[in-house]
Amino acid sequence: MRPIDRVSVQAELDRRLGQPHYLHLETTTGSYTKLGPEKKSPVIAFVRNALLTYERGTVTGDGPYRVGLKLDQGWVYADGLTDFEVNERDELLLAGLDCEGQLTMALQLSPNPFREGEGDR
Amino acid sequence: MSRDAGSPVTTPPAASAAATVTRPYDPAEERGILVVLPHPDDESFAAGGTLARAAAAGVKTTYLCGTYGDMGRRMGRPAFTNREALRDVRTAELKDACQVLGCDVRFMGLRDKCIEFEDPEAVAAKVREAIEELRPSAVVTFYPGHGVHPDHDALGHATVLAVRGLAAGERPRLLAVAIGERDELLSALGQPHLECDITAFADRKLDALRAHRSQTEAMFAHWDEQGIDGAEDAQSKAFRDEFVTRERYYVLDPDVPTLLEARA
Repeated sequence: MRPIDRVSVQAELDRRLGQPHYLHLETTTGSYTKLGPEKKSPVIAFVRNALLTYERGTVTGDGPYRVGLKLDQGWVYADGLTDFEVNERDELLLAGLDCEGQLTMALQLSPNPFREGEGDR
Repeated sequence: MSRDAGSPVTTPPAASAAATVTRPYDPAEERGILVVLPHPDDESFAAGGTLARAAAAGVKTTYLCGTYGDMGRRMGRPAFTNREALRDVRTAELKDACQVLGCDVRFMGLRDKCIEFEDPEAVAAKVREAIEELRPSAVVTFYPGHGVHPDHDALGHATVLAVRGLAAGERPRLLAVAIGERDELLSALGQPHLECDITAFADRKLDALRAHRSQTEAMFAHWDEQGIDGAEDAQSKAFRDEFVTRERYYVLDPDVPTLLEARA
């Protein structure tokens, strides 16, 4: 992944406009927060392979960045994005990485379902 | 969700009654060891020394890994992979780590973070299949209810169910690893039943952990900066005091309801 530049990410969002895409949206503190000094409860959510089409998609902010996708009926929103990549399967991967390199947020769009199930590739 | 609020558990249902003496454990006594844990790296953290010591004695060891660890948030330090590539990275790391430990690997193919939402009996059936094929004399898993991570508890529970479903003469011994602060575990569960001295295999365990680069790079960097003796956070202290000197196990009776069943 590399640091987000808004021009490239905006072009990626525009290119996918109006075409069905699979969404992976996630935020995570990690599952081991209870072992830390403050014994905090974990806060984690993810959605994987929800099919959607958006009519407007925008990246904003000065870094970390925000992305909003306006759907026919509803929205997708993520804040705290820092890095991005388009991989060999044409998946747009946006992530928030903290100073330790740990993922805190992910917003990903793919024309095909994100990988699931058994087996080595 | 009710989490047994205000009801201190004095006699945990899954700990056997006379858990007062910790006996030394030599894995060389085993006919075979099957480790059933959910993530690539759990085997090295929880039982890496035991596995290395067993393999050195010629005992056949197998790691049945529940998931590919593909929802982990650690990506290396600095990050060198991403959410979609992590699965292949961690699969390769696990194969390397198990080579260090002299252990075979196979995967159950469950989704990371989601084991507790599967049918426990279906997960147990997969574990039982592996036990019936490999005929180990011991199965190592996480102590259900003391695994910290929900996947740890769920796969520990399913492994208890798997052994419960076997005829009396076919049952391997169930060795459970509990995670948490030592004092809390002592008051909740009593002394561990078995303790495996792994001091001679500490380097193997550390090498296996280093093979899980995406997950442990930050930990090792932290120790390189502060020295393992200077780092006073809980994980470093636990590691220094325990993880490279001994591995402890509770022997579970599969017929006793697990803490997850007791809470349901």
